[in-house]
Amino acid sequence: MIISPRNTQALAVTLLGGATGLTLAILVFVIVFILGKGLPVISLGFLFDNPQEMGKAGGIFPTLVGTLILPLVAIFIALPAGVGTAVYLSEYTVENPATRIIRFGTDCLAGIPSIIFGLFGFIFFVTTLKMGWCILSGALTLAIMVLPTIIRTSEEAIKAVPASYREVSCSLGATRWETVLKVVLPNALPGIVTGVMLSIGRCIGETAAVIFTAGASLRLPHSVFDSTRTMAVHFYILAREGISNENAYGTAAVLILSVLLVNSLSYWMMNRFIARRTK
Amino acid sequence: MTDAVKIANRNFSVFYGATRALRGITLDVPAHRILGIIGPAGSGKTALLRAMNRLNDLNPDCRVEGQILLDGVDIYQPDFDAVRLRKRVGMVFALPVPLPLSLFDNIVYGPRLSGIRARTRLNALVEGSLQAAFLWDEVKDRLHTSAMRLSGGQQQRLCLARVLAMEPEVILLDEPCSGLDPISTARIEEALIALKSKYTIVLVTNNTKQAARVADTTAFLFQGELVEVGPTGQIFTMPKDQRTNDYVSGRFG
Repeated sequence: MIISPRNTQALAVTLLGGATGLTLAILVFVIVFILGKGLPVISLGFLFDNPQEMGKAGGIFPTLVGTLILPLVAIFIALPAGVGTAVYLSEYTVENPATRIIRFGTDCLAGIPSIIFGLFGFIFFVTTLKMGWCILSGALTLAIMVLPTIIRTSEEAIKAVPASYREVSCSLGATRWETVLKVVLPNALPGIVTGVMLSIGRCIGETAAVIFTAGASLRLPHSVFDSTRTMAVHFYILAREGISNENAYGTAAVLILSVLLVNSLSYWMMNRFIARRTK
Repeated sequence: MTDAVKIANRNFSVFYGATRALRGITLDVPAHRILGIIGPAGSGKTALLRAMNRLNDLNPDCRVEGQILLDGVDIYQPDFDAVRLRKRVGMVFALPVPLPLSLFDNIVYGPRLSGIRARTRLNALVEGSLQAAFLWDEVKDRLHTSAMRLSGGQQQRLCLARVLAMEPEVILLDEPCSGLDPISTARIEEALIALKSKYTIVLVTNNTKQAARVADTTAFLFQGELVEVGPTGQIFTMPKDQRTNDYVSGRFG
C-alpha cells in the first residue's frame, strides 16, 4: 500500500472508527449479557421482599435500601467539604506552594486503591472510634474516597466560569463570598453535578471499601448506626460464596439499571436548572 | 475651572508585577461633568479607571502608590471598605458582560446586594434605570427573559442600566462603545450626556471623536503619564503639548 495523505487519512478513520466500535461493542455486550441473565430473575417480589437463606431465595429489598442510603450519606458529607475546598483553592488563594501541595495531596488520594480506604475505615472508624460496622462508618470512608473527584471536578467547573462575571459582580458591590454564592457556584453547578454523579457511581459500585466498614448485614437498617449491605456487596457475596448465581445476576441487573436511572435523572434535573436560568 | 472635585488622583502610580502602568498621575475628576480620558493602547487609561473603584484589588500582581481621594477621603487607606466604594463608583466594561440571568435579575443584582427586597421598589429601579439608559422601550415586554439574548448594543445599555440601578455617585466607563455599531454608540452617548446632571462620569475611550463629542474635560495619557488635561475644546483645537496635538490630529495611535 502506498503511503499518501489520502491513504493515511483512510487508515486513521478506519482505526479510530474501529476503536470506537470495539468500545461500544464491549459495553453493549457486558450490559446485554448481564441484563439477559438478570432480567428474568427480577420481579416485584425480588425487589421488595426480604432475602431468605442468605439470599439464596427471597428478594433484595434491604440491599436496595443500603445502596440508596450509603452513597447519599457519603455525598452529603463529601459535597460540602469538596466544594468548599474547591472554592477556597480557586477563589481565595493564589497559586503558591501550599495550594500545590493540597492539589498534589488530592491527586494522590485519588490514586489510592479502594481496599486501602476500606482498611483505613475499618481501623479508624470501626475499631479506633468504636463506631462498629455501620452506615456512618461506610459513608465516611466513601466520602474520603470520592473527595478528590469532587474537589477536582468542582475546581475545573469553577475555573471555567468567566473571570468577567466575577469582575462584574464585584464592580456591582458584591463581596467575594456574595460573588461565589450568586455567580460562581450557580454557573459551575453543571460541572459540580457531573462530579457528584461520578462519585455516586463509584459509591454504588464499591465493594471493598464498603464490606470492611458498613458490614454486610441483610437486615433492614433503622438508622445510620446500623450495618447494611449494598447491592454490590450482595452480588459479591452471592457469587463468591456460590449461594445463588441467578440472584447474583438479578442483583447486578438491578444495580446497572439503578445507575442508569440515577444518571438520567440528574441530567434531566441539570438541564431543567440550566433552562430555567437562561430561558 | 471652579467646579467641585469629585475624585482627586494625587501622584498616583499603578504597577502590574514589575511593569509600571501609571506614573504619578495627578488628575481631578470634576463633579457632574464628563471627563474623557484618551490615549493610545497601553497608555494606562484602563489601569487608572480600575484604580478608581479599586477593581485592581482583584489582581494579586497589582500594586499602587499615591492617593485617590473620593470626596476628599483616600480610598486606598487601609480601613476603607472597597465593597462600599464600588457601590458608590460603578463601572461599565469594554465588552458588555450581562450575567447569565434575566434582564430584571441583572439590573437588581446590585440593589439586592444592598438589601433592597421590596418588589415595588425593585420594579421602579428597573424601569427607571432602563429608561435612563434608553433601553426601556425595546425590552419592557421581556424583562424576565435571558439577558444573553439581547444584541450587543442592547447588552451594553443593559450594563449601563445595571450600574445606574445601584444609584452610584460616579460612573466609570471603559471604552464602552468599542464593540458597538454607530447607532448603538450614539444611544450610549445620548444617555451619558443626559446622565451627567446626576452623576460624575469618567469615560475612557479609544475613539478621540467620541471624547470630542461628549466630554467636558479631556485628559490625554501617553505611556503611563498624564500629558495634558483641559477643557475638551482646547485639547482638540489648541493643545499645549506637541504629543497631544499629534494624537488628536490622528498622526499616531
